[in-house]
Amino acid sequence: MEIFINGQRQSCRSCTLLELLAERALSTEALVVELNGDIIQQEQWPIVQLKDNDTLELLSFVGGG
Amino acid sequence: MTNDFLHLGNRAFGNRLFTGTGKFAANGLIPKMLKASGSQMITVALRRVDTTAHSENILSYIPPEVTLLPNTSGARNADEAVRIARIARAAGCGDFIKIEVITDMKYLMPDNLETLKATEILAGEGFIVLPYILPDLPLAKRLESAGAAAVMPLGAPIGSNRGLETQSLIALLIENCRVPVIVDAGIGRPSQAAAAMEMGAAAVLVNTAIATASDPEAMGRAFDLAVRAGRTAYLAELAEPSQVARASSPLTGFLSENASEF
Repeated sequence: MEIFINGQRQSCRSCTLLELLAERALSTEALVVELNGDIIQQEQWPIVQLKDNDTLELLSFVGGG
Repeated sequence: MTNDFLHLGNRAFGNRLFTGTGKFAANGLIPKMLKASGSQMITVALRRVDTTAHSENILSYIPPEVTLLPNTSGARNADEAVRIARIARAAGCGDFIKIEVITDMKYLMPDNLETLKATEILAGEGFIVLPYILPDLPLAKRLESAGAAAVMPLGAPIGSNRGLETQSLIALLIENCRVPVIVDAGIGRPSQAAAAMEMGAAAVLVNTAIATASDPEAMGRAFDLAVRAGRTAYLAELAEPSQVARASSPLTGFLSENASEF
């Protein structure tokens, strides 16, 4: 299946959000996840199943004025 | 001065220097600067993660007693600003939000109209809204009515270090707004921060001038002193300027005076 991660279409096997983050070795500390426009709290990551054409935004806080 | 607090939302700030986390050479400088300056409010921005690189968690460099002020930088319209604000709150950053809507990438001028729209929505959702604006009095009054907790007019373009180029317009806001006026952007020197505070600004927000100094920790301290000096002078009420000299010493009783001359 394919999902959009930060605006990029990417191939992805069927998995949970947490599995996807682990597979891509993303640091989960302070990661903010928005799935199809909704914020997904960290405790939900292991149970949220990704689906074809999902839109995922992986965000974090950075320096800014 | 010990009871001189700036109230925003449910917080009271004894320190009127707000700072930013942008442009520091290393994140480790941020807590040192915060300690040296005494700043109790600091901005952060929200961005997409670079999935190919490791990045530090900037929030881990901000002590818990310092209030986070997420900004909506990157937003080009009200809807995007509202979205960023909601994400920031859902991510645990609290209710404060600095609305920053910019479409002009050369001068980074805020879009006042979209900023007003975003303020109306977010204030209605219980955010403590601090909109970054061009100093425009009718707009500031509308932001007030819309529920903004303060207004944040720019002194000069972001990062320009040019100081209070909009001074006379900011003065109109200070004179006529019920909400605090916080000068944001363009302040490059502690003396400019002091000048803003002497005018009656409630606070100043300084990022570039501190973060890009050779010694951000010392510059944070310098800005703290300047803000305190300016605030103290404002509360003490400044003497009026005069076109002619007004002697500080008595004009009678000179040693050379001769009674016969009078």
